[in-house]
Amino acid sequence: MPNILVVEDSPTMRQLITFAMKRVPACRVFEATDGVDALKKLSSEKMDLILADINMPVMDGIKLVSLVRGNPAFKDVPIIMITTEGAEEDKKRALSIGANAYLTKPIQTQQLVKLVGEFLK
Amino acid sequence: MEEIDRKVEEFLQVFKKGEEFTKNLLAENERLRFRVAELEEAFSRSGDSAAAQIFQERIKVYEDELKSLRERFAQVEEENKDFATRYVEVEQENNNLANLYVASYQLHSTLDFGEVLRIVLEIIINLVGAERFGIYLLEEKTNELEPVAAEGMSVEGLPRVMLDEGLVGRTCKSGESFFREDISSPGSPAEPIACIPLKIKEHVLGAIVIYSLLRQKEKFSHVDYELFNLLAGHAATAIFASRLYTQSERKLTTIQGFLDLLKEKPRK
Repeated sequence: MPNILVVEDSPTMRQLITFAMKRVPACRVFEATDGVDALKKLSSEKMDLILADINMPVMDGIKLVSLVRGNPAFKDVPIIMITTEGAEEDKKRALSIGANAYLTKPIQTQQLVKLVGEFLK
Repeated sequence: MEEIDRKVEEFLQVFKKGEEFTKNLLAENERLRFRVAELEEAFSRSGDSAAAQIFQERIKVYEDELKSLRERFAQVEEENKDFATRYVEVEQENNNLANLYVASYQLHSTLDFGEVLRIVLEIIINLVGAERFGIYLLEEKTNELEPVAAEGMSVEGLPRVMLDEGLVGRTCKSGESFFREDISSPGSPAEPIACIPLKIKEHVLGAIVIYSLLRQKEKFSHVDYELFNLLAGHAATAIFASRLYTQSERKLTTIQGFLDLLKEKPRK
């Protein structure tokens, strides 16, 4: 059963993403409110995919991606960024530090579900 | 001697007749053989055409079947296209309903006024995709719309507006949402791109005023209008309920303090 970690400070978006993940067959969803919280969850549970926002308090998504990629324990976990930042340079930056995909808000849940399915294959 | 010659002549005559008869027989035999061959060939030819006829009939049956299968295939393909279109529509509707469900759930998840405002902001940022916008509430005593929250700009930067004054004031007075047709360029506090009155039935409590959308958001979609409809009613109810709750909490604290004071007095 794949584990998906949703890292998002907005409860509305967390709920929307978690709700969308119900359409991914047999997966468990874990929630984190920021980068630090996400690292704690990653240390305690093996994750198969991370869905992370960029703009978050305490630790943002960019810092989270670089720390995840620098840690041998979970450096290979795929990361999908979900953000309001729609500029091409933001996307390039996120992908260059190790994010696997980049989605901009407002998201289409069917698109997200499809993408998650591809990474979990 | 003459007798012998006559008999020889007779014998030769008979022999010639026999020879001629034999030749005739051979010719007849040959003719009959030819006829038999002809008949055999004709018979064999008539067999081929019968088989050909059978094959032609079969081919016709198969062609009819093929035609029927092709028609069925086209029909199924058409049905498939129809199902695919409907699937996309259902997916879209599912997406819209998920957004509406989450928005509604979050709006009614708290009675804290500040949190309700934060949730409204979150919904507008994340689900609608607005970049700069403000939330106004109506001060009923003065009939003035006061900005109470904003995103992408400071609340202090937003002007207070009299009801029936300017685009925002007039929209709130009418109670009908305003959407600018061309939203390719950002709006301003005086000329927003959208203004959605927050109302409980016909009673206007305030408005959501949008000045610009995120760069990846080119226009309002169908679900945005649904969300605005939901926000117009549910956000108004949530704001109203949380305000009442905050007021009643405050009053309760005051009354409780007063009662505590009364209880303490006799001890002295």
